[in-house]
Amino acid sequence: MNIWDLAKIVFVIALVLQGVPVLVWLERKISASIQGRIGPNRTAVLGLKAAGFFQPVADAVKLLFKEDVTPGAADRFLYQLAPLFVFVPPLLVFTVIPFGNRIGEEHLQVANLPIGVLFVMSVLSLGVYGVAFGGWASNNKYSLLGGLRASAQLISYELTLGLSIITIILMAGTVDMREIVARQTRSAFLSWNLFGGGNLLLLPSGLVAGLVFYVAALAENNRLPFDLPECEAELVAGYHTEYSSMKFAMYFMAEYAAMITMSALFVTLFLGGWHFPGLVDPADTSWIGGLLSHGVFVAKMGAVIALYIWIRWTLPRFRYDQLMRLGWKVLLPIALVNLLVIAVIGVAWGER
Amino acid sequence: MPSKELETQDMLLNMGPQHPSTHGVLRLVLRTDGELVSDVTPVVGYLHRCAEKIGENLRYEQYVPYTDRMDYLSSMSDNLALCLAVERLMKIEIPPRAQYIRVIMAELNRIASHLLAFGTFGLDVGAFTPFLYAWREREMILNMFEYVCGARLTYNYMKVGGVWKDVDKKFAEMVNNFLSIFDDKLKEYNDLLSYNQIFITRTKGLGVIPRDMALAWGLSGPIARASGIEWDLRRAEPYSSYDKFEFRIPVGRPGIGVVGDCWNRYFVRIEEMVESGRILRQALDGLPSGKFSADVKRGYKVPAGEAYTVIENPRGELGFYIISDGSDTPLRVKIRAPSFVNLSVLPEISRGVLIADLIAILGSIDIVLGEIDR
Amino acid sequence: MYFDYANILVYLLVAAGFILGSLIVGRVVRRQRPDPEKLATYECGEETIGTAWIQFNVRFYIIALIFLIFDVEIAVLFPWTTVFRQAGLLAFIEMGVFLAILGVGFAYVWAKGDLEWLKSLGEVRTEPSREGR
Repeated sequence: MNIWDLAKIVFVIALVLQGVPVLVWLERKISASIQGRIGPNRTAVLGLKAAGFFQPVADAVKLLFKEDVTPGAADRFLYQLAPLFVFVPPLLVFTVIPFGNRIGEEHLQVANLPIGVLFVMSVLSLGVYGVAFGGWASNNKYSLLGGLRASAQLISYELTLGLSIITIILMAGTVDMREIVARQTRSAFLSWNLFGGGNLLLLPSGLVAGLVFYVAALAENNRLPFDLPECEAELVAGYHTEYSSMKFAMYFMAEYAAMITMSALFVTLFLGGWHFPGLVDPADTSWIGGLLSHGVFVAKMGAVIALYIWIRWTLPRFRYDQLMRLGWKVLLPIALVNLLVIAVIGVAWGER
Repeated sequence: MPSKELETQDMLLNMGPQHPSTHGVLRLVLRTDGELVSDVTPVVGYLHRCAEKIGENLRYEQYVPYTDRMDYLSSMSDNLALCLAVERLMKIEIPPRAQYIRVIMAELNRIASHLLAFGTFGLDVGAFTPFLYAWREREMILNMFEYVCGARLTYNYMKVGGVWKDVDKKFAEMVNNFLSIFDDKLKEYNDLLSYNQIFITRTKGLGVIPRDMALAWGLSGPIARASGIEWDLRRAEPYSSYDKFEFRIPVGRPGIGVVGDCWNRYFVRIEEMVESGRILRQALDGLPSGKFSADVKRGYKVPAGEAYTVIENPRGELGFYIISDGSDTPLRVKIRAPSFVNLSVLPEISRGVLIADLIAILGSIDIVLGEIDR
Repeated sequence: MYFDYANILVYLLVAAGFILGSLIVGRVVRRQRPDPEKLATYECGEETIGTAWIQFNVRFYIIALIFLIFDVEIAVLFPWTTVFRQAGLLAFIEMGVFLAILGVGFAYVWAKGDLEWLKSLGEVRTEPSREGR
C-alpha cells in the first residue's frame, strides 16, 4: 500500500461516481436527439449552461434535500441496508479492471488479483441482494413484484454471462484481468477477443460470445428491452417504488454505475481494454502513453454505452416469460455450444 | 411437483387510479396468482362530473363546451354528435360547406386521437420513442385547430347549424402540408413499432376478442373492426355527407396477428389514419363554397320530441339521446360512451394473462376516462 | 499480491464511506416530518389491500435449482479453463463428459416444460371475485 495505490483508489471511485452524472446527461441528450427533442438545457453554473450538463448535479442536490420517507409498514433494517447493497458491487468490480496501460512501473489498475474474473463474477452476483432486499423490505406489492422479477432475471442471465466469460478465458488461457488485456494487445484488431483473440478460426465464436455477453449485460443492468424489474408501465417504479431522497438516488446511481462497470468489463474482456492499434503503444510507459491508453479505454466504454442508450430508446420491452425463455432456451444453449466449439478448436489445433 | 404441496396465496393488487398506464384515473383491482391475473375488476367513477345532469340544466348552446370535456381526445366528434342530435330535433338543413368542414375536423381529430392511442400503446409495451414521434405529428393537428378556433384541446367549434368560423386558404395549406408528410411518418411508425419483432411477440394472439364476443358485448369502433366486424357508422348510417367520400373500412385479419388480438386492434388504428387521410384529401378538394352555418338565432328553442344520433368517434359509436320539452334546455340527456362499453369487455379477455399483458390489453382498448365517467 | 487484497479492502471502505457519508449528510441537511399519511404504503392512491408479505407464487423454484446446478458448473469450469492448454485432450474429454451429463439434465428439464414460465396457465381460477366492488 503506497501513495500510488491510494491515488488509484480515489481515482477509480471518482471515475465511476463522476461517470454517473456524465452518463445521465449523455442518456438524456442522446434520447432527446433520438426523439426530436432538445433535452435538458436550463441549468447553469455561473451563467454557464453547457447544454444542460449540470442537470444531473442539480437533480442530485434536489434529492439530497428531499425528505427521506421510510414507509411505516416496511422492514426498517433491510430497507435502510438495501441501497448500500445495490451500490457497492458495481463499484467494487471496477477494482480489478485495468483502466489503462501503465505509467512508469505503476499499472493503471487498483488490484490485480490472480482470480480476477472469478472476483468479477462473484461480486456481480451480489447485486441481486440489494434489489431483492429493497423489493421485499418495502412491503409494497409493486416493489415485491419488481424485486422478485429482478432476482429471477439476474440469476438467469448471470449464467449466460458466466458462460460467455468462460469462453473468453478459454481463448485467453488465464483469469488474470491484466493478462487478458495483454493478450489482446499482441497485434491489431484481430487479437481482440471479440474477433477471436488472434485466431481466425475463433472469429465466429468470439463474435457470438460478444453478442451473448452484451445481451446478458443488458439484462443484468435492467436496461430496455429487459427492464422488467422496474418497468414504469406495469410496476410503477419496481423495486424502488417506496424509496425517496438519497436512498432513491443510490438506486438510481447504482444503475448507472452498473452500466459503467458492465461496459468496462465488456471493453476489457472483448474489445482489448485500453488497446487501440496505432494509437496506444503497449511498451510506452510515459505519462502521455498512460493517459492516452486511459483515454482509449474511456472512449471505448463510451461507445459501448452509446449502444446501450440507442437500444433503450428504440425497442419495446419483453414480457417476463419471454425474457426467461430467451435467457434459458436461446442464450444459454448458444453459450454452451459456443463454449464447446472453442474447446474443440482449442484441442484440435493446440496452442494458437 | 412441489407446486401441489406449496400453498400460495392470491395477491390483491390495486392498479390505479394513480398509475402510469391506466390511461387516466381508472382503477383496476387485480387478483393475481404470482404474476398471473386471475380476475380484474375495473372501478370507474373517479372523474365523474355529472356531465349528463349538467346538460339538463343548461341551454343547448351552453352545453356544447361540456361535450368537449367528455372525450377530450376527440372533442370535435363529441361536439358533432350533440349538434347532430339537436339539429335532428330542429330539422335544420346544414349547408354543404359546413358539413364538409365538420368532416375535415372530425377526421383530423380522429388522426390526432389515433396518434395518441398509437403512442401510448407503445408506451404501455415499453417503447418510449414512438410516443414522442406521435406527439410531434399530433402537434401539427393541434396547431391547425388552434388556428381555426383558438383552442388546442377543448374546441367548442361546432354549433347547432354548422360551425363557428369558416376555414380559409391557410388552413387548407396546413392540412395539405400535414398530409404530404404524414404517409412517410406512418411508414416510420410501422418500421419502428408495428413490425418490430419484440412488439409483435408482445401483442400477437393476446386478449383475443372473437367476432361473436365483440357482437355480444356491444363493442364498436376499431376494437370491433379488429375482430373482423366490418361496421363503421360513416358507411352504415352516413351523417354529415360521409356518403360522398370514398374510403375503406380496415378490419382485423390473420397474418401477423390473430383476428381480434391486440396487434390487430393496434394496426386497425394505423390503417384508419391512412383512410382518414384519404377522406381529408377528398374533402379539401371538393370543399363547396357557401355558408358555413345555417341561420340559427341565439337562445333558440327546440321542438318537443326525442332524438338519438350516433356517430363514429375514434373509439367507437358515440350516441347522444336527447329529449326536449320544447324549451331551450333539454329535458334529458343520455350519452352512449364507446369507451365505457368497450372497457366492459376487459375482465373477460384478461383472465389468465400476465400483469404486463393486462397493460397491453388495456392500452389496445384505448379508453378515455373523461368519457367513461362523464 | 496480498497488497492487492488490501487495496480492495481500502477501496471498499472508501466506497462504503462515500455512500454512508452522503446518506448522513442528507440526514443532517433535510427536514424530517413524517406523518401517518406520508408513511402509508403506495398502492396507486388507494388504501392497500392487505400486506405484500404473503406466500407469493414466484414460480421459479425449479429455475432456481437449475441455476444452482449451472452456477456450480461454471465454478467447476473455471479451473478447467485455466489448465486447459496444459492438460489437453484428457481434460477436454473429462469436461465433455461433465457437460454432457449436464446437457442431458438440461434437455430433460426443457422437455418436461419446467423452463416455461406460464405452464400453469390452465390452473387459473376464472370465477369472478367479490373484492373491490
